[in-house]
Amino acid sequence: MDYSDLIEKLLNGNSRAVARLITLVENDIEAAENIINAIYSHTGKAYILGITGAPGSGKSTFISNLTKIFAKEGKKIGIICVDPTSPITGGAILGDRIRMKENFSLKDVFIRSMANRGQLGGLARATEDAVKILDAYGCDIIIVETVGVGQSEVDIFKSAQTVIVLLVPGLGDDIQAIKAGIMEITDIFVVNKMDLAGADKKIADVMQMLELRMNYKYEYDNLEVNNLLKSKWSPEIIKVNSVTGENFEKVSELINKHREFLKESGVLVNYQKNRIKSETLQILKHKITQKVEGLINSNPTIDEYIRLVMDKSLDPYSMANLIIKLLGIE
Amino acid sequence: MTENRKIKVLVCKPGLDGHDRGAKVIARALRDAGMEVIYTGLHQTPDMIVQTVLQEDPDAVVLSMLSGAHKALCPVIMEKLKKNEIDDVLVSVGGIIPDEDKPFLEEHGLKGFYGPGTELKTIVEFVKNNLKR
Repeated sequence: MDYSDLIEKLLNGNSRAVARLITLVENDIEAAENIINAIYSHTGKAYILGITGAPGSGKSTFISNLTKIFAKEGKKIGIICVDPTSPITGGAILGDRIRMKENFSLKDVFIRSMANRGQLGGLARATEDAVKILDAYGCDIIIVETVGVGQSEVDIFKSAQTVIVLLVPGLGDDIQAIKAGIMEITDIFVVNKMDLAGADKKIADVMQMLELRMNYKYEYDNLEVNNLLKSKWSPEIIKVNSVTGENFEKVSELINKHREFLKESGVLVNYQKNRIKSETLQILKHKITQKVEGLINSNPTIDEYIRLVMDKSLDPYSMANLIIKLLGIE
Repeated sequence: MTENRKIKVLVCKPGLDGHDRGAKVIARALRDAGMEVIYTGLHQTPDMIVQTVLQEDPDAVVLSMLSGAHKALCPVIMEKLKKNEIDDVLVSVGGIIPDEDKPFLEEHGLKGFYGPGTELKTIVEFVKNNLKR
């Protein structure tokens, strides 16, 4: 299929073309390949902001407030909200728009809901591609909302420049704050629902965790890790009220501060390198998995291997090595 | 297609109607039928609905109306969709739609008209069988 008409419309700022192209990259990976190939040189201008946090922590409402501030500054904003797909039926309820009603009528705000279609990590397979489409469309800022996450859905840290983690009072204690995962790689912590009891305790827990990290003087053997730690941003923490809008101006200032930091410290270049690496790896995994699955389901030699494993004259690791030889990618 | 296409449906409550139990039940039924369902909440104006269709690119729109405003709002929604060159989306309305209003709504391109007591299976089949693309 030829997508050049849609792509031309996209580059001319037609929002219907944006919607259509996102549907295409969601549904068809071959279409995605062609579309991204055609628009890639037009991407790279948008700033990508990731918002993540537990289900019900207020991500969508938070984004709605933040969007109002960006819109006032005259920015063109793209929002992608990911919600989970049912592992049983494959269906999904996408309910993030409900919280963003006030922004529906703004001309320069494009909101798109997306089901994760079973992908782990907090995003959908097509999220990265949708970000690129919005980027080529001319968005200044693209906000990506992950599914409601637990502790280890960290894909957003690979795709966004600034990541905000939303915390709420009364959910988890100081031990949760020192666990590995999301808490380690956040740029800005936001304690939402600051009017609830326990908001200050939550802030204290996070600050304690951050202080421990800052005072950690151990020198790693790895020079790269040491450099990274030295140039590391010290994460900010702020409490907000998404109903009244209290403190949102400050959140916007912190985002700008982090953005400046990334540029001046040179971390941005590293970030870009890592992003390309992890994205390509993702694509490779997908492609190779497809190849391997094709081989396993069609090659008669595989049945022979399976028989050998059943007889215990071969083990699954050795069988995997034999398949790698068959694929010729040793 | 390298992947299975999913049916995407937008469930909306247009106007000043505050009763969305029915819309939520429908949303849930469509979800359980394997569709991706966007629910946008109460009090949607025609402009908000059209804007959502433009951005979300659904295959079908399900309007839920119990307020009696269907004759006023539905034609406006259809007209605005047309103005935006959206002609390949199934638009249906259900809720409390009196029989005598159905021909008028049909003339404006709406379908469905399912009311209380309709089996959920019927609505799921209706959406599946009336898609325009």
